[in-house]
Amino acid sequence: MTPLLRFPPALACAALVCLPGCRQEMDVQPKLLPNGPASGFPQNAANRSLPAGTIARGDVVADDLAHAPPPVTLALVERGRQRFDVFCAPCHGRAGDGEGMIVERGFPKPPSYLETRLVAAPADHFFDVITYGYGAMYSYAARVPAADRWAIIAYVRALQVSQRADLAAKVTAGGPP
Amino acid sequence: MPQVFKPKANTLSWLIMAGIVVVPLAVALFGIVYEHSANATRVDLVRDQPVPFSHKHHVGDGGIDCRYCHSSVETSAVAGVPPTETCMTCHSELWTSAAMLAPVRRSLSANAPIRWTRVHDLPDYVYFDHSIHIAKGVGCTTCHGEVETMPLMRKAHTLTMGWCLDCHRAPEKYLRPLDRVFATDWSPPPDQITQGVRLVQAYHIEVDHLADCSVCHR
Ligand code: HEC
Ligand code: HEC
Ligand code: HEC
Ligand code: HEC
Ligand code: HEC
Ligand code: HEC
Repeated sequence: MTPLLRFPPALACAALVCLPGCRQEMDVQPKLLPNGPASGFPQNAANRSLPAGTIARGDVVADDLAHAPPPVTLALVERGRQRFDVFCAPCHGRAGDGEGMIVERGFPKPPSYLETRLVAAPADHFFDVITYGYGAMYSYAARVPAADRWAIIAYVRALQVSQRADLAAKVTAGGPP
Repeated sequence: MPQVFKPKANTLSWLIMAGIVVVPLAVALFGIVYEHSANATRVDLVRDQPVPFSHKHHVGDGGIDCRYCHSSVETSAVAGVPPTETCMTCHSELWTSAAMLAPVRRSLSANAPIRWTRVHDLPDYVYFDHSIHIAKGVGCTTCHGEVETMPLMRKAHTLTMGWCLDCHRAPEKYLRPLDRVFATDWSPPPDQITQGVRLVQAYHIEVDHLADCSVCHR
């Protein structure tokens, strides 16, 4: 028997002194955490990318949704505004005129949504631009799911209408005040 | 036989006896105080990062929303650090030859994630979930501080259990309207408590159970 074990109070004191400063193993457990490393896997990352050609559950539904715009409601347009301000406004500007902050810093200027060509463009075109990207613009499919894409498109349509509203015509139609 | 212990030894034995009690207590106290010090909790400490990413430039000056980069924060437990491709949506055209961004371009071409050094890291026995806090009106800056002024990311709060409980026992001190959760310029209005109590009811928060151990240790 070691002398320490023969003298329990010493053991207790030693434990009392050591414990508060200890970082126990519960602190760093041998498990994989999101965004953490994972030695043994390619890229040493716990987040695995999907094997090419994977179709996740729900993807087929998402694909159906891609061809079936939901009915336009106020809630959809408001959701669209929120998503647009997060993901599109940095470049396209809050009004959709292409004067976003990133453009001010030297990013190529996107066309204004008010261009006749884009006003006339079918909703599908916008859907495809968000899904696959367009020229200098990257794909936003990973961060903007299909339902949100339709919401954004609904809001872009609202922008197109509001920005092109003919104020003068309204005033003359109503007569002078 | 000469005396082994002189009278002086009395004092010594008293000192030793007092020491047996006082020294472990002092050490324990030091341990507890140290554990909560800025040194151990790493508050305000900036870490070396592979790329000197600045929230001040991107969020403060650029006005980019948190969700552009931390896109899973509303729907999952982790906010997530953006993949390299997210940087490239802008840096494919901006600062394309800056040496500072070389690790980003290397990461893209090698298809290997950038290894950021974690700034916030709870012990693994604590369960934390971003989405519930976002859904119930707890703003990013309440927990992460004035992110929009940070040239390099640092921890604004200790993230100790006492810090979590301070809010879980009385969330009305901090809650905001849902449309202000991502705002970096929010500060509590003068009538925060009145508003907060109303929000606790509106969000159906059961304050009675929010400090139960099993909420965070499961
Ligand atoms: C990083 C900047 C950036 C962001 C963010 C961005 N875009 Fe773009 N977008 C561009 C640029 C640049 C172009 C022009 C591309 C070109 O012609 O090469 C463009 C073009 C477009 C076009 C016009 C395509 C055409 O037929 O000319 C549409 C529509 C569009 N973007 C929609 C969106 C939507 C919706 C979002 C948000 C989900 C978005 N963009 C986010 C930069 C951006
Ligand atoms: C342009 C992309 C971008 C935007 C916008 C952005 N972040 Fe970050 N964020 C990052 C990157 C990259 C890191 C990892 C590097 C670091 O820690 O500085 C990070 C790290 C963080 C961390 C620390 C993570 C850790 O290691 O513990 C916090 C907290 C954070 N961001 C909060 C925010 C908040 C709050 C906002 C919105 C006000 C925001 N971020 C906006 C890119 C971004
Ligand atoms: C929405 C567009 C956008 C995204 C996304 C973005 N950046 Fe930037 N970044 C900018 C702009 C604009 C500047 C120039 C800032 C200025 O001029 O003040 C910049 C500048 C920088 C700089 C130069 C130093 C500085 O802070 O001014 C670094 C480094 C940098 N970004 C890293 C990153 C990293 C890493 C990511 C990905 C996590 C990222 N950026 C994502 C727009 C972006
Ligand atoms: C209730 C407090 C709280 C709020 C509100 C909060 N965070 Fe966090 N955040 C934390 C804690 C605690 C961690 C450390 C988590 C861990 O170590 O598991 C963290 C970690 C992070 C990280 C590091 C990566 C990760 O996901 O673990 C990022 C990035 C981040 N937060 C961004 C944000 C953004 C953006 C918001 C606002 C939308 C936000 N946080 C709101 C407490 C909070
Ligand atoms: C500023 C306020 C605030 C801070 C700080 C805070 N929380 Fe919360 N937390 C809340 C609110 C509000 C809820 C929502 C309660 C509900 O479900 O109604 C919540 C819920 C939770 C839940 C989910 C409870 C459930 O039933 O699923 C967990 C887990 C949690 N918090 C962990 C933490 C941890 C761990 C910390 C410290 C790192 C922390 N929180 C810091 C306000 C806060
Ligand atoms: C709101 C979330 C929350 C609740 C509720 C909570 N804890 Fe904790 N607990 C934490 C966090 C966060 C830590 C990690 C603190 C640190 O890193 O220093 C922790 C750490 C601990 C530790 C380890 C302390 C140390 O210094 O190593 C113990 C023991 C503990 N908690 C017990 C409890 C008990 C018992 C209860 C119920 C009365 C409880 N906790 C309720 C968040 C919580």
